[in-house]
Amino acid sequence: MSKQSSVAFVRRDMIPPAPPPPGQAGVLRWMRENLFSSVTNTVLTILSIYFIWSVLASIMPWTLNGIWVAGSLTECREIRDARGIETAACWAVINERWLQLLFGFYPTDDVLLSGLFYAEPLAAAGGVEAVFGAGSNATDRIEFVGMMKGDLSNFTIFWFGYWRPLLAVALLVVAVAPILYSSLPRSLLFFSMLYPFIGVFLFWGGSIWGPMTVAMGLAAAFFIGRFVATRFGLLGGGIGAVIAFILIFLNPLPFIDHGGLFPLFPHAKDVLHSIIPFGLPAIPSDQFGGFMLAIIIGTSGIVLSLPIGILLALGRQSTMPFIRWVCVTFIEVIRGVPLIVWLFVASTLLKYFLPPGSSFDALLRVIILVTLFASAYIAEVVRGGLAALPTGQYEAADSLGLDYWKSMQLIVLPQALKISIPGIVNTFIGLFKDTTLVVFVGLRDPLGLTNAIRATGEWNGIYWELYIFVALLFFTFCFFMSRYSMYLERKLQTDRR
Amino acid sequence: MSEAQTSLQDRQIDRSQMKVTDEVAIEISDMNKWYGTFHVLRDINLTVNRGERIVICGPSGSGKSTLIRCINALEEHQKGQIIVDGTTLSTDLKNIDKVRSEVGMVFQHFNLFPHLTILENCTLAPIWVRKVPKREAEETAMYFLEKVKIPEQAHKYPGQLSGGQQQRVAIARSLCMRPRIMLFDEPTSALDPEMIKEVLDTMIQLAEEGMTMLCVTHEMGFARQVANRVIFMDAGQIVEQNEPEPFFTNPQNDRTKLFLSQILGH
Repeated sequence: MSKQSSVAFVRRDMIPPAPPPPGQAGVLRWMRENLFSSVTNTVLTILSIYFIWSVLASIMPWTLNGIWVAGSLTECREIRDARGIETAACWAVINERWLQLLFGFYPTDDVLLSGLFYAEPLAAAGGVEAVFGAGSNATDRIEFVGMMKGDLSNFTIFWFGYWRPLLAVALLVVAVAPILYSSLPRSLLFFSMLYPFIGVFLFWGGSIWGPMTVAMGLAAAFFIGRFVATRFGLLGGGIGAVIAFILIFLNPLPFIDHGGLFPLFPHAKDVLHSIIPFGLPAIPSDQFGGFMLAIIIGTSGIVLSLPIGILLALGRQSTMPFIRWVCVTFIEVIRGVPLIVWLFVASTLLKYFLPPGSSFDALLRVIILVTLFASAYIAEVVRGGLAALPTGQYEAADSLGLDYWKSMQLIVLPQALKISIPGIVNTFIGLFKDTTLVVFVGLRDPLGLTNAIRATGEWNGIYWELYIFVALLFFTFCFFMSRYSMYLERKLQTDRR
Repeated sequence: MSEAQTSLQDRQIDRSQMKVTDEVAIEISDMNKWYGTFHVLRDINLTVNRGERIVICGPSGSGKSTLIRCINALEEHQKGQIIVDGTTLSTDLKNIDKVRSEVGMVFQHFNLFPHLTILENCTLAPIWVRKVPKREAEETAMYFLEKVKIPEQAHKYPGQLSGGQQQRVAIARSLCMRPRIMLFDEPTSALDPEMIKEVLDTMIQLAEEGMTMLCVTHEMGFARQVANRVIFMDAGQIVEQNEPEPFFTNPQNDRTKLFLSQILGH
């Protein structure tokens, strides 16, 4: 090792590890090194502290002095002046109207509410049939419900009046949990597969046979495809499943016979409903609103856009030129146009492309457009992950005899998706916040509802409190997503050296 | 390299199972390959019998890696014919997958799957390609991991292992598919000197069991001890091939002489 032979050295004993010398740890040392290490650093530290203090000093009194109980903005101001405070938030508007911000004009289950908590006035008014029955007077009913809601607390209405969306969201958490956390039992995934149909039934109501026949139709298409696949291979199975799907759900021969046997699914639904009539009151999409709307559009968009985005990313890398061109065109066109334009397309133009007479739910159209928009972004994020994977991984998978789909499923995608997690979650957070854009196509998102609340006489002129509440709702969800992505990254980090 | 050579010489090689049979394992005839317009492989003719241990050497860029990558269709050839175990390599994906599941490949950079444990790396292909039941696949994997002397690492991830250990896992992973032919693409070039020996030992062990092997390597000690044939390639063609003893002591072609003098000179 050494050039001079005269400095020969032989170590007899190896040096054991020792603890660091004292003074190398502790708060004071940390502060000295990180906050006051130089003149510039000290000045910056003091300026930062001053900045934070002045921001808090101007916000905190307003926030903490807030008035929680008042009937209107004027009342709020009177209370403030009576207390002799300069500024105070009027949180009373949240206290009064939080149900509306959460659910919009989604109807409450008034029959249940009155039966449980308003039984005596209900009996006085003549019972359930007289108030809510088919022949009842609408004006009387509205008056009765208005009085009932005035007497009941917001929490009672929240838990019992909105039990359908609440149950749907609670079950959504149950359905999503096994997907997010692999330590939960895998059998719960079966429930996750069923959830879309349960969720649709709870949110939209109607006959239970609606979602049930759709579920059965999809299962039938899947099993027919799988059966065909055993005979004609994967491609044949895919074509078989698509044909089965068209036969069950769409009318393949619209120009010959519009009302015949096809599509099978509405017929099956009617027959089943006549045998076992069961359902919830149907609620049309235009009554959906509030933060619930953001959750519905956001989760559907997130769940659907990931698989579509992955397929687009794989298609973009395909060696088959036609598939590649289709995917590239789709991605570039969708990405190159603002979401708001697509939403207008969804709300107005789309009906020109659909067969005449077919009504297409406004909310469903928005969900489809948001999904397609997000999947174009996901595709590009995943493509980055695919490109970051060393070619050796593809070669090793090939050399073991794995075919394309197996090597994608087992080797390439698990690693590429892991690399793409920050980008994917970034896209999801963006998608979730973009759901507020649906206000422009007439859906009542939370921001649109703040306008509705301001339009009332009581709360005319209130801005900050409503926006802060809406911001907090969104922040909670986005912050969870961000933390979850960090958890996932840590958990999947197996190549640490 | 010299350390590895001396250590190899310490080992007594058991030649009782090393038998070259008459059965043809790989037949390459008039094979040519181009990258775009660049002629990488030119008129390759090579017949490998079952039980042969062939070392392919040559300067970098001579096409030796490309040659063995053509044998399991990681690279496509444009002219000529490659028959592996009776299956002709064409663009038919079925044939390619069949050949790949019969031919094991070990890469210079190991190419283990970093998101799977060692055991999962070894059981993945048997379970998904050969449809072996999971438990049986795990038993096989443990058998081969013991063979390469790292059964205790089975539940670790590749990133936690040293280079030499990773390469031995890569060999075990290939062996789990019960291949009839093994291809080695510079298996020791990315390793620290003290780890080369453990990988070479594993390869010698394989040779002793009669495996048909094609190795692209610069480990001339290994070539001398284990190979029954050494092939020297340059500029995309086979320049010289011979049994190891005459190849090293009496090379004929000038390029071979130059190459050998350069790598054995120090």
